[in-house]
Amino acid sequence: MENKREVKEINASSMADIAFLLLIFFLVATTMNVDTGITRMLPAIPLEEQPEDVKVRERNLMSILVTQHDMIAMDRQAVDISQLKDRVKEFVLNPRGDVNMPESKDTEIVLPDGSIWIYPVSEGVVSLLSDRGTSYNMYIAVQNELTRAFNEIRNEVAREKFGNDFMKLDEGEREAVTKAVPAKISEAEPKNTGGN
Amino acid sequence: MAVMKKKRKGGIPPISTASLPDVIFMILFFFMISTTMRDQEIMVKTHLPDATEVSKLEKKQLVSYIYIGQPVDSQQAQYGTAARIQLNDSYQTLEDILNFIASERDKLSEADRMAMTVMLKADRNTRMGIVDDTKQELRKANALKISYAANKTMSIIGQ
Repeated sequence: MENKREVKEINASSMADIAFLLLIFFLVATTMNVDTGITRMLPAIPLEEQPEDVKVRERNLMSILVTQHDMIAMDRQAVDISQLKDRVKEFVLNPRGDVNMPESKDTEIVLPDGSIWIYPVSEGVVSLLSDRGTSYNMYIAVQNELTRAFNEIRNEVAREKFGNDFMKLDEGEREAVTKAVPAKISEAEPKNTGGN
Repeated sequence: MAVMKKKRKGGIPPISTASLPDVIFMILFFFMISTTMRDQEIMVKTHLPDATEVSKLEKKQLVSYIYIGQPVDSQQAQYGTAARIQLNDSYQTLEDILNFIASERDKLSEADRMAMTVMLKADRNTRMGIVDDTKQELRKANALKISYAANKTMSIIGQ
């Protein structure tokens, strides 16, 4: 008999207030922005016993210097930043087989489906040098152009091989394209040319 | 009929707010998932450079931050306007980077240590000297995976 007494409903009207309170707390205590940036691998410090870095042949090396006045010198020639991407692309791809441009080595790349893909991987290395007085803004602009050059080459290779943009490939295919077009950008030891 | 008429006299019936908590909870969960905790106060001005080819950093717990730039206005009276390095919550010198990286690495599990990324948040007007010095310290600390923080834009040439 007593069990038949109806249980009173709990008043839930304050639930909204509690939820609001939590919501406001999270709005205040968190950040929304996703960090974006240009990712690079620094070279490891060579051990003392090891011989000096393997000499890169002259034709395989493109040196880019960003001076203290934010000017760009590519192999000691002044260039504008707008030309940089195309020059780097030309250097890496070497479409005309120029003897002063990097050689390429046929490399076997294992595709995700198990087959082997032979691609002439460029031996070219882009060496980026900056001065202590170079502005960070310019340095990042140059880094951005270098990344853009490599991304465009990867896109072209991906479209040719897999028929799709690099970013739309699956992980295994993307890895294969990355092996075919490695972003060889060397951030050499800093140099002080400006004396400041 | 008479009963019906009496009921209508009260005007518009109140809108039920019983589903309001559900709606708010939904917004709450959205924010809990899509945001991260604000962890430190930034004491240097970091107006990031622009770039088009940026990539997102997926795992936030693997990322350590180094801020480089002028002290913020409220700190300039004490610390001047020369560019400074901020690690955690205070201004530090180059020599502290080794310790900072070591302690950040200790926080990670064994498996994650290789994937640790250091994000350099440097002001766009910084000179490369201090950035290069920082990079050299990072090489010494064997924290080789770095990322130059930049804002994503559509085009940077001709700015």
